[in-house]
Amino acid sequence: MTLVAAGVLGSVAQAYAVDTRARFMAANCAYCHGPDGKSRGAIPSLAGMDKAYFVDQMKAFRDNTRPNTVMTKHAMGYTDAEYEALGAWFSAIK
Amino acid sequence: MTFDRRDFLKISAGAAGAAAVGGLTGCATSSASVGGAKAKIVVVGAGYGGSTFARYMKMWSPQAHVTVIEPNDFFTSCPFSNTVLGGINSMEDITFSYDTVKKQVDQWVADKVTAIDTGKRTVTTAGGKTFAYDRLVLAGGIELLFDKVEGYDAEARKTIKHGWKAGPDQTGVLRKQLEAMPDGGTFVMSVPMAPYRCPPGPYERACLVATYFKQAKPRSKVIVLDGNPDIASKKGLFLAAWKKHFGYGTDNSMIDYRPNNMPRSVNPKTMMVGTEFDDVKGDVINVVPPMRAAAITGMAGVRDGNNGTWCTIDYRTFESTVVPNVHVLGDSALTNFPKSGSVANNTGKMCAAAIAEILAGRQPDQAPVVTNTCYSATGQGTAFHVATVFRYDAAGNKMVAQKGGGVSKEESELEMAYMESWAKNVWADTLGLPESHNFSVKG
Repeated sequence: MTLVAAGVLGSVAQAYAVDTRARFMAANCAYCHGPDGKSRGAIPSLAGMDKAYFVDQMKAFRDNTRPNTVMTKHAMGYTDAEYEALGAWFSAIK
Repeated sequence: MTFDRRDFLKISAGAAGAAAVGGLTGCATSSASVGGAKAKIVVVGAGYGGSTFARYMKMWSPQAHVTVIEPNDFFTSCPFSNTVLGGINSMEDITFSYDTVKKQVDQWVADKVTAIDTGKRTVTTAGGKTFAYDRLVLAGGIELLFDKVEGYDAEARKTIKHGWKAGPDQTGVLRKQLEAMPDGGTFVMSVPMAPYRCPPGPYERACLVATYFKQAKPRSKVIVLDGNPDIASKKGLFLAAWKKHFGYGTDNSMIDYRPNNMPRSVNPKTMMVGTEFDDVKGDVINVVPPMRAAAITGMAGVRDGNNGTWCTIDYRTFESTVVPNVHVLGDSALTNFPKSGSVANNTGKMCAAAIAEILAGRQPDQAPVVTNTCYSATGQGTAFHVATVFRYDAAGNKMVAQKGGGVSKEESELEMAYMESWAKNVWADTLGLPESHNFSVKG
């Protein structure tokens, strides 16, 4: 969150501190998982999730080794590098 | 040195992008005209697309000056509005204030746009005020074409409701009509020709109204007049639900589905709907007329695609391909996305992300990935979904559906819980509802 805070203080800091592609991809998840990955209701929150755990779960969804309703369809659309970027983003949210 | 942002976008989006961006990025960091200027962004419409855009634009580019023009005092959700028709939720459960969004943006104008001048880059409202823009974001949803259905005039519209823009005068009145209908009555509803807003919505509506009839008026029927040759979305799942819960396929089916039956006329006095084949009498009539991109896109001259009905956009920015500095979000855009609330919400963020990059003197993401997840309720405590991940293909200038997308195996109670959670989260995301917000919606 310190990086995000720096971004608010100045656009120059933001330019070099924030992975804006990861930020958008993470925001993409919000309609189900809540703004900033903080969910209301039955869908799990992603905010503060351990990065390695996040990446492992995405791989398990992709390989269909973790039972799910919708997540295999999402996991199959992203690359391993994007799992890492998303995992890093959500793990940094307090 | 100054350069036009449109030129920057053109250069950076082109094949020579990599080389050009290096030079321009250096320029941007040393020039106040790009990074430091207060870009004026005017957003017209605060639905799933416009409200989400405005919020994220301010979060990702706090220095931008964002004005929102929206005539409605409240946000009423189209998703879940069928549950109001089914008697599961009330209008209050799907209606929200704009309080947080109003605080986040620089200017909120409660008015209707009457003119757009893309040469002078100005927007004028009914109240006579004019707003200058550097970038204009049109998020007006759809315009319903009543004149395509004979007899669907202003007088007829007092009785016959489309319920395809949720609100007390549409969804609310339609529910009251259903409540007033005697047992043994007929509800006649229609499905417009694709592409239309919310592809599974009509088939879900049949489920929800049948749910209400099953419980309160068991001798009543739902007649579905579909302009399309077949069920246009989640076909197997809807057919299974209709069979399981409403006797579809038997003599006692509550749902009478008629493909290739485009309503051509309505008559509120005789309560008849005319198709090419025959006239159908209803106790309650619910005809959704053909539609095109919102009227404001016509004012801006960006309704260029599909015989002048929808707006072609560049997927990397959602900028119109025919008028510079005008962006089109959500249902108005001509894309291969379904016209869903989830997509409108995410296109708002895609557009905000792209403009934030441009304002920071950088190139927008050249390979954006975006998702759609759309749930439908059966009314019977269960739901199902369709989900797709799309990835931009620069070579073909299109969004490619990634492998693995598709629909639920079957309806389930778990997915109804997820659908309810989706609604709370997409409302929170679109409107900035605080974590303490107490939702009353039921699954």
